[in-house]
Amino acid sequence: MTSRLPVRKTYKLFVGGSFVRSESGRYDRIEGEPSAVNIPRGSRKDVRDAVAAARKASGGWAARTAYNRGQILYRFAEALESRRADIGAPADEVGEAIDVLVHYAGWTDKFQPVLGGINPVAAPFLSFSVPEPTGVVGVVAPDEPALLGLVAELAPALAVGNTVVAVLSNGRPLPGLDLGEVLGIADVPGGVVNLLSGRRAELVPALAGHHALNAIVDASADAELGAEIDKLAAESVTRVRHAAPTRSYTDATADPLSRLEALTELKTAWHPVGA
Amino acid sequence: MATQEQRTSITWDYAPAPESPEHVRLRDSYGLFIDGSFVDPGDGTRVASVNPATEEPVAEVAFAGPGDVRRAVQAARAAQAGWAALSGLDRGKYLFRVARLIQERARELAVVESMDGGKPIRESRDVDVPLAAAHFFHYAGWADKVSYAMGGRTVEPLGVAAQIVPWNFPLLMAAWKLAPALAAGNTAVLKPAETTPLTALLLAEILQEADLPPGVVSIIPGDGATGSALVREPDIDKVAFTGSTGVGKDIQAALAGRGIPLTLELGGKSANVVFEDAAIDQAVEGIVNGIFFNQGHVCCAGSRLLIQESVAETVVSKLWSRMERLRVGDPLDTNTDVGAINSREQLHRIEALVASGEEEGAVRRTVSCSLPDRGFWFAPTLFTDVAPAHRIAAEEIFGPVVSVLTFRTQAEAIEKANSTPYGLAAGIWTDKGSKAFEVAAALQAGVVWQNTYNHFDPSAAFGGYKESGFGREGGMSGLRPYLRVTR
Repeated sequence: MTSRLPVRKTYKLFVGGSFVRSESGRYDRIEGEPSAVNIPRGSRKDVRDAVAAARKASGGWAARTAYNRGQILYRFAEALESRRADIGAPADEVGEAIDVLVHYAGWTDKFQPVLGGINPVAAPFLSFSVPEPTGVVGVVAPDEPALLGLVAELAPALAVGNTVVAVLSNGRPLPGLDLGEVLGIADVPGGVVNLLSGRRAELVPALAGHHALNAIVDASADAELGAEIDKLAAESVTRVRHAAPTRSYTDATADPLSRLEALTELKTAWHPVGA
Repeated sequence: MATQEQRTSITWDYAPAPESPEHVRLRDSYGLFIDGSFVDPGDGTRVASVNPATEEPVAEVAFAGPGDVRRAVQAARAAQAGWAALSGLDRGKYLFRVARLIQERARELAVVESMDGGKPIRESRDVDVPLAAAHFFHYAGWADKVSYAMGGRTVEPLGVAAQIVPWNFPLLMAAWKLAPALAAGNTAVLKPAETTPLTALLLAEILQEADLPPGVVSIIPGDGATGSALVREPDIDKVAFTGSTGVGKDIQAALAGRGIPLTLELGGKSANVVFEDAAIDQAVEGIVNGIFFNQGHVCCAGSRLLIQESVAETVVSKLWSRMERLRVGDPLDTNTDVGAINSREQLHRIEALVASGEEEGAVRRTVSCSLPDRGFWFAPTLFTDVAPAHRIAAEEIFGPVVSVLTFRTQAEAIEKANSTPYGLAAGIWTDKGSKAFEVAAALQAGVVWQNTYNHFDPSAAFGGYKESGFGREGGMSGLRPYLRVTR
C-alpha cells in the first residue's frame, strides 16, 4: 500500500461555538503525535472574549428544561464515545470521561429535589427552595489527567445550567482542544463551553479576577495559583471550589452533590397561602 | 364642619407601655466565655456596652485580644473530638436543652436584646428570640440525621468553626451560626458584634445551664480586630461570617490559599417590586415591614422600592401617610414601631448617605416625629425622584430610609431589580400568581417574598446571590457547610 500523506489538524481555541485563533496571534509549539504541533497561546483578551461568550449563552442554557439539558449532556457522551479514537488521551481515560458525562446527564432533573424542596415553615406560606445555576463558571483543568480532570469539572457545571470557560491542561492541552470538536457536534449550544489553551499563569488570573465570573473551580493542584485565585475571587465575592484532580469515575461521583451545589444558588421563595 | 386640619390636630397618644427590665439579671461585668467558664481577658480590654436609646452603659464586657482568641480556638480544638464522638442523639439532646432554655428565658433575652441593640421590644419578643429557639430546636433534630443532608454518604464534621455575627440580630444570628455547626459535630468560637455582645453572653450562661461540655462553644466579644485575629488563627477548619460585603471580601482574601471552607452572608440592596395589579394597602404594609423592620438594620431590607408608574403616586401617598403614623421611640415600649439606631457610628453612616441623596437631587421626606433627647435616632425617611445611579439607590444604607424608583414594564422591573452587585432578597407585589412565579424566577436574589416581606424560618434557606455572599443558612442547606463526605 502506498503511504498516504496525512492531513494535519490546525488546533484552535473554542470560543462562542467557533474555532478561533488567539486574538494575540501567538502560539506554542508542543509535542504531538506523530509530529510536534502549534497550539494557540491564549491571551487575557481571549479570556475576556470567552467570558463574554459564556455570559451571552448563560440565560438560554439556564432556561433549557432539565430534560433537554440532560439529553444534550447525554448526546455529548454519545459524541465522545464515537470519537474515542480521535481524542489524544488513553482509551481508559476517555471511557471514564464518557461515563462521568452519562452520570451527570442524569443529574439535570434530580439535583433540584435533592438540594431543595418545600420548606415546612411554621406560618401560612408555601415556601420552597430551588437551586439555580450560579451563571458563568471558570474551570482550571489539571495537568493530569488532562481529559478526565476537565470533563469531571465540566459535567456538573453544565448539568445545573451554568456556562463554562475552561483553561486547559498546560502540559497536555490537546485532549481538551479535541474535546471542543466533540462539543461542536453534540448539540451543546455555542458559548456554553469555551476552551482556552495557553499559559496558566497568564490566563487564570484574568479569569479569576473577572467580575462577570460567578464561580471558579480550581483543579490545578497548584497551591500558589490557588491562593492567587482566592485573592482575585474575593474582589467580587466569586465562589471558589478547589478540587484535587479527578483521577477516576469513582472520584468524580463520590460526592456529586457537593460538586453540583458549589455551582448553584439556592433561591427560597415565599408565597402566602390564603389571606 | 370638620376640616382635614382639625382632624389631624387631635393627638391620639398611646399611653406608654414599657416592658419592665426588672426580671433581667445582668451582671455588672462579663468576662470572656472560654472553655465553659467566664474568664478575665488575658490581653484584651473591658468595654461598656451602651444602650443606644439612652447612651447609658448596660454592662461592662470583656473584649478578646489575640491571645484570648488563641485560647478559645485551643479550647474548641480540645473539645472537638469528644463532641463529634458523642452520638448524634446526645448532641441533639444538648441542643434541645438550649432551645428550651431560650424559651424559658425568652422575656429576659428580649428585654436585653432591646436594651443593648435598640430594637423594638415587640420585634425582639416576637421575632428574634422565638426564632433563635426555633433554630436550635430545628438543628437539634438534625444531629442524628446528618448523613441525610449529604445524600446518605458517610460524613464527618469539619472541626473547629470560627463564626462572626453582626449587631442587627445578635442572638438570632448566634443561633443561626451555632446550631448547625454543633449539630454536625463541630465545635465553635463565636464572636458577637462590638455593640451588641450581651445576649450572646446570656446564651453562654444558657450553655452552662445546659451542661454543654466545656470548649464546645466559646463566645468572645470584640471589635473588628478580634474578628480579624479569629479568621487568621491557624487552627480553624471553617469560617462563617455575617456582616458587610466589605468585611466579607477582606475575610475571603484573608483565607486565600488556606483551603478553609467559607460561608458569607453579606449586604444587600433588595428590590421590593410593586406591580399595578397588587393589593395596594396590603403592599403598603409590606413595604413598611420591609424597610422599617428593625430600623432598616436588616441585610435583606426592601430598601429599593420599585413601583409601576401607573400606581406610583397612589402607593407613595399611602406609604407616606402610613409612615407618619409610625411610632418612633423607646425600644422597650410595646407600642414602638421604630427603635433606636444601633450606634452613633451607624447613625453617622445613615446621615451621610441621606445627605448624599439630597445633594444628588433626590427629593427627601422625613417624618416629623419628636425624637428623644438622648440616644441615636433617625426618623423614617422616603426618597422620591431617585435615579438608579444615586448612591441611595445603589449603596446599602442599613437604616430606616427607602428609595423609590419607578418602572413601566415587567421586563424593566426585572432589569432594574437585578442591576446591582448585591442579590440577597426581593419582594413582589401582584395579585397574579403566574406573574409572581415568573418574576420570582427571574430575580437574582436568594430569597423572594411574594405579597409578604421579611419572613424567616429555620427550615427555609437564607443567603445571597452575587456580592451578597455564598452558602446558605437554614434547613438542610444550612447544615451542609459544616459537613464533609468521607471516603
